[in-house]
Amino acid sequence: MQSFDWKRAVGAGVAGLVALVGLWLVFAIYSAGQPLLALGALALIGAGLYVYRSRSALAWRYLFPGVMGMLLFVAFPLVYTMWIGFTNYSSTHLLSQERVKAYLLEQTVPDEDHSLEFSVIRDGKKLRVAILPREEGGPTFDGGVEQGMKRLAQMLISPPLDLEGEKAAQVTMSPAPEGFKPPEFLSIRERLSHRDALRALKLEMPDHRVLVYTGVHEFGPSAAVWRANADQSLTRLDDNKTYAPNNVEGFYIAADGERLQPGYKVAVGFANYARMLADKEFRGPFLSIFVWTVVFAALSVALSLGIGCMLAVLLNWEALRYRTLYRTLLFLPYAVPGFISILVFKGLFNQNFGEINGILDAVFGTKPAWFADPLLARTMMVVVNTWLGYPYFLVLCTGLLKAIPVDLYEASAIAGAKPLTNFFKITAPLIVKPLSPLIISAFAYNFNNFVLVSLLTNGRPDFLNTRIPAGTTDILVSYTYRIAFLDSGQNFGLAAAISTVIFFLVAAMSYANLRVAARNARRA
Amino acid sequence: MAIVTGKNQRWRVLGAHAFLIVLLVVTLFPLAAVISISLRPGNFANGSLIPREISLEHWKLALGFDVTTADGLVVHPPFPVLLWLWNSIKVATIASALIVSISTTAAYAFARLRFAFKMPILNSMLLLQMFPPVLALVAIYAIFETIGNYVPALGLETHGGLVVAYLGGVATHVWTIRGYFETIPVEIEECAKVDGASHFQAFFRVLLPMAVPILMVVFVLAFVGTIIEYPVASILLREENNLTLAVGSKYYLADQKYLWGDFAAAAVLSGLPITAVFLAAQRWIVSGLTAGGVKE
Repeated sequence: MQSFDWKRAVGAGVAGLVALVGLWLVFAIYSAGQPLLALGALALIGAGLYVYRSRSALAWRYLFPGVMGMLLFVAFPLVYTMWIGFTNYSSTHLLSQERVKAYLLEQTVPDEDHSLEFSVIRDGKKLRVAILPREEGGPTFDGGVEQGMKRLAQMLISPPLDLEGEKAAQVTMSPAPEGFKPPEFLSIRERLSHRDALRALKLEMPDHRVLVYTGVHEFGPSAAVWRANADQSLTRLDDNKTYAPNNVEGFYIAADGERLQPGYKVAVGFANYARMLADKEFRGPFLSIFVWTVVFAALSVALSLGIGCMLAVLLNWEALRYRTLYRTLLFLPYAVPGFISILVFKGLFNQNFGEINGILDAVFGTKPAWFADPLLARTMMVVVNTWLGYPYFLVLCTGLLKAIPVDLYEASAIAGAKPLTNFFKITAPLIVKPLSPLIISAFAYNFNNFVLVSLLTNGRPDFLNTRIPAGTTDILVSYTYRIAFLDSGQNFGLAAAISTVIFFLVAAMSYANLRVAARNARRA
Repeated sequence: MAIVTGKNQRWRVLGAHAFLIVLLVVTLFPLAAVISISLRPGNFANGSLIPREISLEHWKLALGFDVTTADGLVVHPPFPVLLWLWNSIKVATIASALIVSISTTAAYAFARLRFAFKMPILNSMLLLQMFPPVLALVAIYAIFETIGNYVPALGLETHGGLVVAYLGGVATHVWTIRGYFETIPVEIEECAKVDGASHFQAFFRVLLPMAVPILMVVFVLAFVGTIIEYPVASILLREENNLTLAVGSKYYLADQKYLWGDFAAAAVLSGLPITAVFLAAQRWIVSGLTAGGVKE
């Protein structure tokens, strides 16, 4: 006896559905002119179907979502960023060449030389558009109703319309039927009240020309602005000027050197990197931001580590009471979400309304400009980051101190050692090794501490006289964010190139981290 | 401890207490100040730490009610804080649930199944995770702009897109769960299979119920991690009603419209629940933080 296998059937049905939807999507992407993307989507869907339908890929059924998530949203963005770093992708080079070409070829201008006079006539509750074929010296609509009525036989009229709203519509014009008596022509004022609807209207003439609204009195044919030539260049029809695509600059360029906006995306090789090293105007702020990034990360780690470890040692002292209470309260800065505590500091440091200046004013009679003076702004940044960071090292060091054998301290007490000697001769040497990979990763974290800069100072105060805005408190990541998303030039290519440099620095730090961790593991 | 205590021990203890108390005052000052400011009338008022006059105007605004001032002006809430909090919780809950499920299945494969390139795959996942998404914001923006052209529900300005963007960060969770799976004896699942359970049943009905504690830990870690995430959310979401709390809060302190008091109330209101979750999960979060270096 053979029973119907429901599970298999449902599985096959779902797979079929996924395949159908997937193919539809792939086709949509392909027909939008993105063959590479379509190929990628096809590969993804194919891999998914294979994994879940084949009997031999059991392990991958469990792995597929996780691995795909990482490939798509972690690995691919990294590779894609590196690629963007080799292009001129920016607000003036936003689209691909094909898209720019299509955009230009779609541009039209109304052809006023061949425009025809029109009017609107009432037909019951609806309206009709009427066109009067041109004839020198003939009667016009503006000559009044009688004049218009005389030419009724030559008039072309549209079907009855509402002429409300701005919805685009195309209607066919036809000669007025025998005996058609328009009761009323609309006045110019009434006609103007329907202007938006008229603008959206396209009239198809009996000879298949399409007319669009060209003025208060006229409908006329629209003419293309550009003509595509066989050699990929474009010619402007009204002055016969030809622009040839220049794939080095990413512009259509005329013989006299005039560039056509918008430009398009092209690969520019190492131009963005060359700019970091060679462009004097850019190199200055870039180098000082780089130096500040390193100094900021190092200072943050050193201060957080110093304070955190000192507190851990102090709170490890058994003669001290209420140690758990102290520890819990001192951990609090870490528990408050960063985006809130950073903004709280931004408010507290405000020059005029902030509490910190309120206290400083009351005690010392001074109100430092924390956000306007570069040195003070940088100091504030380090102070805030130390506040945010020391509890991490407090917790780490507390854990490491517990692992140190007590008899070492007993021996040193017998030898009459002071607490400081204990710390530098016993404690420090024993916790430095396990701490070192964590110190490296803390350095890497602060090297890329975008949230702090973005929420506290936004990089300000800015350097003076830079073409791309750069701030004295900017670190490399916040600077790339600024170039890509805040500056009007939106130079994604340059931002991606700087990001690529940061990738390699992070990779170096990660490598150092792994090496140190591995060495520690071997010795342990 | 059998260490002989010196005669100046008492002074040292007192000194340590004094030092710690001074440090606590400095450390906790910002947190105390923000509570005090949220209760102070007006957005520009300076005053003592314990407010002389308690006003609930900022709290009413934060909770979405209109406030009528003494001179009859009606003040509307400047920002939809509760909506932002809801957006944050919604995105974080859905993302964490998905993160837990995909990291659990992946961890199962790494812990129990045999396949080619197992360790290289796991190691490269961990290595990739060392590159924070903030470095690839341009690419992430371009990717979601493209996705949005074909699947509008996952494009820019959508919470679906943000959830999907968060699904990349699973490597450390996979590592954590795998470690836990390996402490559970494999024989239990093998018995289940002898009794006729399929692979998936052995995983879902036998192994998972035993791993519930670690799944909850990973859920909380992922939840806290996504709810405080700022860089990716800030480029994917721009419209006021779409924002998450992490992105929206900064608009209170814009240069042109500085709402210090209103911010304080909103910060306390939204920060307290997150802080509470963080403190409750502190033990696991800390062990997760240190996992990179002290793995044994």
